[in-house]
Amino acid sequence: MLLKKLFLLVILCLLLGQVDARLDVCATCPYKAIKPAIAASQAGDTLFIHSGLYQEGNILIDKALTVIGIGYPVIDGKNETEVITVTANRVSLIGLHIKNVGTSYLEDRAGIRIKKAKHFLVKNNKLTDTFFGVYLEHAREGKVVGNVMKAQAKNEASSGNAVHAWYCRKLVVENNHVSGHRDGIYFEFVDSSIVRHNVSENQLRYGLHFMFSNNDSYEHNTFRNNGAGVAVMFSKKINMWENHFEHNWGGAAYGLLLKEINDADIVRNVFEENTIGIYVEGSNRIHYLNNVFRHNGWAIKIAGGCMDNDVSGNNFISNTFDLAQTGKGTYNRFDGNYWSEYTGYDLDRDGVGDVPFRPVKLFSYVVDQTPETMVLLRSTFVDIINFSEKISPILTPAQVQDHAPRMREIDIPFTH
Amino acid sequence: MNKIFKYSFFDLIRSRWTLVYLAFYLLLTFALLTLTPDTSKVVISLMNIILLLVPLIASMFSVIYSYNSREFVELLLAQPIPRRQIFLGQYLGVASSLALSYLLGIGIPFLVFGILGSAQLGHFLTLLLVGLLLSFIFSALAFLIALKHDNKLKGFGLTILVWLFFAVIYDGLFLVAMMWFRDYPLDNFALGASLLNPIDLSRMLILLKLDIAALLGYTGAVFQQFFGSSMGILLSVGCLLLWIGVPVWRIYRISGRRDF
Amino acid sequence: MISIEHLSKSFGKNTVLRDVSLELKAANISAILGPNGSGKTTLIKSILGMVIPDQGTISVQGQPIRGKHKYRDQIDYLSQIARFPENLKVRELLRMIQDLRTRKAYPDALIARFELEPFMETRLGHLSGGTRQKVNLVQAFMYDSPIIILDEPTSGLDPVATLRLKELILKEREKGKLILITSHIMSFVEEMAEDIVFLLDGHIHFEGSCDELKEKYHASQLETAIARMMMRTENNPHHEQNIQI
Repeated sequence: MLLKKLFLLVILCLLLGQVDARLDVCATCPYKAIKPAIAASQAGDTLFIHSGLYQEGNILIDKALTVIGIGYPVIDGKNETEVITVTANRVSLIGLHIKNVGTSYLEDRAGIRIKKAKHFLVKNNKLTDTFFGVYLEHAREGKVVGNVMKAQAKNEASSGNAVHAWYCRKLVVENNHVSGHRDGIYFEFVDSSIVRHNVSENQLRYGLHFMFSNNDSYEHNTFRNNGAGVAVMFSKKINMWENHFEHNWGGAAYGLLLKEINDADIVRNVFEENTIGIYVEGSNRIHYLNNVFRHNGWAIKIAGGCMDNDVSGNNFISNTFDLAQTGKGTYNRFDGNYWSEYTGYDLDRDGVGDVPFRPVKLFSYVVDQTPETMVLLRSTFVDIINFSEKISPILTPAQVQDHAPRMREIDIPFTH
Repeated sequence: MNKIFKYSFFDLIRSRWTLVYLAFYLLLTFALLTLTPDTSKVVISLMNIILLLVPLIASMFSVIYSYNSREFVELLLAQPIPRRQIFLGQYLGVASSLALSYLLGIGIPFLVFGILGSAQLGHFLTLLLVGLLLSFIFSALAFLIALKHDNKLKGFGLTILVWLFFAVIYDGLFLVAMMWFRDYPLDNFALGASLLNPIDLSRMLILLKLDIAALLGYTGAVFQQFFGSSMGILLSVGCLLLWIGVPVWRIYRISGRRDF
Repeated sequence: MISIEHLSKSFGKNTVLRDVSLELKAANISAILGPNGSGKTTLIKSILGMVIPDQGTISVQGQPIRGKHKYRDQIDYLSQIARFPENLKVRELLRMIQDLRTRKAYPDALIARFELEPFMETRLGHLSGGTRQKVNLVQAFMYDSPIIILDEPTSGLDPVATLRLKELILKEREKGKLILITSHIMSFVEEMAEDIVFLLDGHIHFEGSCDELKEKYHASQLETAIARMMMRTENNPHHEQNIQI
């Protein structure tokens, strides 16, 4: 019965001439170039592009093709054009090495552009010095996986983003290694998407950037040495799990920047050696749970207008300042964290310190007012004024305290 | 000078007070390392103690030694050696014995706790260097004070005052000045004023290791250049060496022309 | 031989020596006497180069000493207060001082003379004042230098040691050395000194032999002579004027 059905299907396909064909492209193949092969192909065909150099200007893919590079064929835009533009659904691009898109101040050229298409796959490609790497506009339900994108961005105005998504839904951006762009991964009006296991480093601006995007999550990513690790702005319901934010140093450098964000979870992330671990502005109802802040300048800096945030179960270890608050009207909870600066005691030995901890130091106010006073950090005089403020608080907000500071580092159940 | 240095050094390393000083550091460092598992926290705790205590003990010890050896110096002055050698030799003897106590007192416990292979080695070496330089600086300042003032009480008072000034008062005035003039560009002032205080300089060297992330949070170009490159370290160490060189030069000059 | 010409020295407003000229010859024991603050110690320290004179020159063995240090090899010096580095042993101290000199030292006979053998391995901080003074004497006499300067040599010594010291001084005198002493003990000075230099308010008030001094003031003892000399100066209005200048 089954066999009969299958047989009928094959017959049908033969009759309609719809059998998926294989087209090879190389110097000695039937097709010497990519464009003629695409022209000769039909939807559902697979193009095998063998190693070699292909300089064909802008290549348009307007039918459902699978394009596979063998031995990383180099497709070179010669710094003149965008390289591959996809306008059809179900296109896969695998194993290509796309090079030299060239900067343009007039148009956002990309190594690969997916335009108004669904179900695409961009996998294991190398993109070198592409102005924008993978540019997704009005694209849905597609994946960008395992790509390596390198550029040498010099300044923000003349550089593009490695993965740029605009008006998209249900994207998966996974296992990519992106470096040297303006933003590593940029989401604007992108909903219900996942960013995971990527490494984004040495970007001029942000490792990952959300604008007006909702219901997304990013997890297990590493953001290193960027202008700022991750910026999440004007977005709702973003889950942030188990990411590493490392070594984001500089005047406006953050591990994570939250601006006008509501209802997000920030769980089990590690913030290490950032000038500011998390900088929060106008964000409400955010849960900071089980994160580790180690050797940051400021672990968390909260600017005005933040309400109902819950910071608990986190480890604050050897940060220059654990917490700084500027502006008024900030009502947040800080109970149940471990603070390496805490010097209280635990007489009943329940693991919880018997006196509350005040994470905001007087000196952080002074530094906020007069940043140059930073040179007096850890001086005896500053220790004395911090100490006297600790004994009788005048300037530091009384309500900012951890009522249940942990005596020992909290064991954090990472999943990887 | 070598001979005077040799004998005052050998005299001092057998002194009870040198041993007490050594024992104090051994005890302190061992206790901190045993109680705190995180070596970088130990380095921070030690830094706070060292920046206060090394200058205090080096200057008090030196001023006491200097006054106590007055009569012996007279005997030495009657010997056929240039008088400058006597004072420089004594200074080097005292400063070296203090520095040795410090090195052993801090170094042995860290070695026992396996600092050599650890990531904190850089911080530890900075700490050692800073304590060493501070010993030589404050010993020189105290010798200079003792040489300039025959009145013991005045000499002691002045030595304590110098310590208190550099350890606490200076930073207080500095902070108030910066807050008062905060509407003006303060980069150069902030860095310049730090260079004029040896304790601030030493602190800066440690900050460059421990708090670089926070220091780079301020955007001033001078700050960025100072803290973001090796210039900060070179300039700090250079100024610290000047802080030894200038008082030693003064000791050399004054010991050549004063009466005993 | 030491010659001092027109030596003046003041500390701030306080003039300690005024135009002092003095010749001290070899093969002679001279004592410098005078009340406290008369400039005795300053004079000795000037010879040793510890005090730098405002005016005048000092020559030792014919050479001006200003800015020099090698000439001190010709001088053995016993300082007034014997305090040494507390943690050095006696033997180490003696070795150290020998180390600073080029001249050969002969400490052993002196150690025997003052019976210091049992203390050679003792730390100087643990010695009594008298024993320390004996160590001080050993270190001062152990070179065979042509000039010996002794500042209060008998302080803290017991009678036996004092006797030994006197013998020692006379023995060195026999070798033809120039010996200069200050002391408060008049009997000691009378016994030892051939010449007396009496300083008063920075001036040399009397210079001559011990016998001349006694004769001048019709005294059989040096102490009496000096007492009379001082009483006479107090009643001398001319001298008062001198002081006020």
